[in-house]
Amino acid sequence: MTVSEAVPAGAPQAVPGSDQPSSDQPLLSVSGLQKYFPVRKGVLSRQVAAVKAVDGLDFTVRRGETLGLVGESGCGKTTTGRLLTRLIEPTAGSIEFEGQDIAHLSTAKMRPLRRDIQMIFQDPYSSLNPRHTVGGIVGAPFRLHKTLPNAEIKPAVQELLELVGLNPEHYNRYPHEFSGGQRQRIGVARALALRPKLVIADEPVSALDVSIQAQVINLLEDLQDKFKLTYVVIAHDLSVVRHISDRVAVMYLGKIVEITSRESLYERPMHPYTLALMSAVPVPDPDRRDNRERIRLRGETPSPLNPPPGCRFHTRCWKAQEICKIQEPPLAELLPDHRAACHFPENVPA
Amino acid sequence: MTEVQPETARTSQTGIVRPFLDVRDLKIQFPTDDGLVKSVDGLSFSLERGKTLGIVGESGSGKSVSSLGIMGLHQGTSAQISGEIWLDGDELVSATPDFVRRLRGRKMAMIFQDPLSSMHPYYKVGAQIVEAYRLYNDVSKKVARQHAIDLLGRVGIPEPASRVDAYPHQFSGGMRQRAMIAMALACDPELLIADEPTTALDVTVQAEILDLIRDLQREFGSAVIMITHDLGVIAELADDVLVMYAGKAVEHASCRDVFRNPEHPYTWGLLSSMPRLDRDRQDRLVPVTGTPPSLIALPPGCSFNPRCPYAALTDGKSLTEVPPLLPTDGTAKHSVACHLPPARRRAIWSEEVAPKL
Repeated sequence: MTVSEAVPAGAPQAVPGSDQPSSDQPLLSVSGLQKYFPVRKGVLSRQVAAVKAVDGLDFTVRRGETLGLVGESGCGKTTTGRLLTRLIEPTAGSIEFEGQDIAHLSTAKMRPLRRDIQMIFQDPYSSLNPRHTVGGIVGAPFRLHKTLPNAEIKPAVQELLELVGLNPEHYNRYPHEFSGGQRQRIGVARALALRPKLVIADEPVSALDVSIQAQVINLLEDLQDKFKLTYVVIAHDLSVVRHISDRVAVMYLGKIVEITSRESLYERPMHPYTLALMSAVPVPDPDRRDNRERIRLRGETPSPLNPPPGCRFHTRCWKAQEICKIQEPPLAELLPDHRAACHFPENVPA
Repeated sequence: MTEVQPETARTSQTGIVRPFLDVRDLKIQFPTDDGLVKSVDGLSFSLERGKTLGIVGESGSGKSVSSLGIMGLHQGTSAQISGEIWLDGDELVSATPDFVRRLRGRKMAMIFQDPLSSMHPYYKVGAQIVEAYRLYNDVSKKVARQHAIDLLGRVGIPEPASRVDAYPHQFSGGMRQRAMIAMALACDPELLIADEPTTALDVTVQAEILDLIRDLQREFGSAVIMITHDLGVIAELADDVLVMYAGKAVEHASCRDVFRNPEHPYTWGLLSSMPRLDRDRQDRLVPVTGTPPSLIALPPGCSFNPRCPYAALTDGKSLTEVPPLLPTDGTAKHSVACHLPPARRRAIWSEEVAPKL
C-alpha cells in the first residue's frame, strides 16, 4: 500500500497505488473499532473493569459525502470522532484512511496525515485559546506544518477568514471579541486551513442559537461543495442530521444499530431505537401535539461499564423477546444499503 | 366599600381585576463599566392559572432575566428593576425581599436549566426537597421525608425510597432534572417557571420531562412559564407564546397563531432557520442574517432593523422609531411590534415566507 502521495484537492478520483477501482474505494473505512477505557483501582492500579465506550464499529465514509452519527449522550459518538482523528488510540480494530491503517500509527507517523483529517469542536468557547489572536489561531496549522513561508501566512489567513464569512480585518482580535457563531466560524477556518480531505465535526452547531445554527450549517455545506470535503458530523439533533447528512448511522451504547442513506432512514426506520428517537423529537406544529404517537422508552440507558448481554437495547425495547437477551443481532443488510441490528426490525418488506 | 375583604380590596385598589400573573412594563437593567445593559426593556404580559406561556428568544433576549425578576432573584444584585409584577394580587417589585422570599417555593417556584449547578452537591437530594417542604408545612422530618419519596416517585425516579438518600452527582442528567422538578413542586406552587428545563437533555428524556410538566399542570392547575429557544418544545406545551428580541416582546399571540400566522419578521426568521422533521427536507436553510445586538448599544429604532430583510419597506421608520407592541386587527390576542403595515405583513408571510417552510 502506498503511503499518502498527496492527492491534489479537487481531484478525488486520483488515488495512486490502489489495486481497486479508485472511485469505489471509500475515503475512510472502519472495521471492528473498539475503545475501552480502563477503570483502575488499588495501590497497584490494577484494571478492575473497562468502560466500553465504543464496542465494535464497522462503517465506511465515501468521498464527498456527509456521514451523520446520531445517538444520545453516552452512546460513544464523541469517542468515535476522537478515534477517527486519532486523538486517542483504539483498543482494537482498524481505521483505514485512503487505504492506510492509521489505528495504531505513532504520533510522528500520524503528523503528516493530520493535514488531511481535521476536526471542528462543539464548544466554540473552550476550543479557541483565549490568549491567541484569531490570526494566530487560524495561522497555527500553516506554522506547524510549515506549508507556507511566514510572509504568506497572513494573507492566507485573511483569505480563510473571508471564506468563512468573517471580516479579514479582525486578524488581530481575540476570541472573546466574537459571538458564539463567529467563534464557530473561526474554528471552521482553522480546520480548513490545510485543505483537509476529511473533516470530523463534533456537534458543530449545538452550542449556537437557532438563528445562528442555520448560518453555520449553510457555511459547512457551501465549503463542502467548494472544496469537495468529506464530513463526519456527530450530532444529537435528528433534524439537523437529516438536513446535512447523506448517510446516517444511529448509535446506541457503543454500537451502530442502524446505518443507511438519509432518505431510507427517515422514511423507513427499522431499528426500534431509531423509531423511538424520531418519535421523541418535538414537532413545531401545535395542531399535531394531541394526536401524535410517542414511543416511551422504559428506564435509563444502561452503563457502558456493564452493557446488557444479547441486544444492548433489549432492556428498553418494547419488542424484546427471549432471543434478544441471549443473542446479539448482527448489523445485517435488510434492504440494499440499509443495515440494521435487530431481531425484529420494523418497516421491512416481507 | 373597598375594605370588605382583603382579597377584593387588593384588586380593586386600581379598580381592575388583575389576572393571576400580570407583568406591566417591566424593566431590568444592569449598570456595568461599559454602560447600562438593558436586559429587559418594557415587558408586559399576563398569565392565568392552568395556562402555559411559552417565551422564545435567543440568548441575551432577556427571557431568563425576566423570569428571575419575577422570582425576585435579582434582589441584592446591582440590577435596577422598575415596572410592576402582580402575582395573585400582590405587587412584587416594590415588595420587601422578605415578603418575596416567603412567596418563593409555595406560591411560585422555578426549574433551572442546569440541574447540576442548581442543586447543592453536599446535601442529599431528599434533604433538599425536605428543606423547602418543612419551611412552609409544620410537619415532622419523617412525614416530610415520606413526602419527598412520594414526589420522587411521581416524577418518575425508580426506587425513590432508596434514591432519596442519594447525592445529586449520583443521578444521571435526566434524573437530576426530575429531582429539580420534584423540588420545585414540593409545596404545590401556583406559578411554575421552567427555564430551558430540557435543553441539556437527550430527546427521549426531554419528551418524558415535557409529558411530566404537562401532567402535573393538569393535576394542580398551576400557571406555567416555559422559557426555551426550541420552537418544538413551545408547540408541544404552550397556550400562548411571547417572542422576545433584545429585551422586548416583538410578538405575543396564541401558540397556533405564532406557527400559522406569525407577523413579525424575527418570528419568520426563527421558523425558517430551523430544519424540521415533519416537512420535506429543504435544500438550504434560510438563516436570520447577522448577529444579535449588544444590549448596551441597541440599534436606534427597531432593534431588529439591522437583521430585518424588510426594514427598507417601512419608509425609514424602523431606523428612527421604536415600534410599539400593538394588537393586530386579526385577533384581539395577537400583538406585534413591527412598522410594516399589517396588510403588507400578512402578504409577505403568506406569499414569500410560508411557502418556503
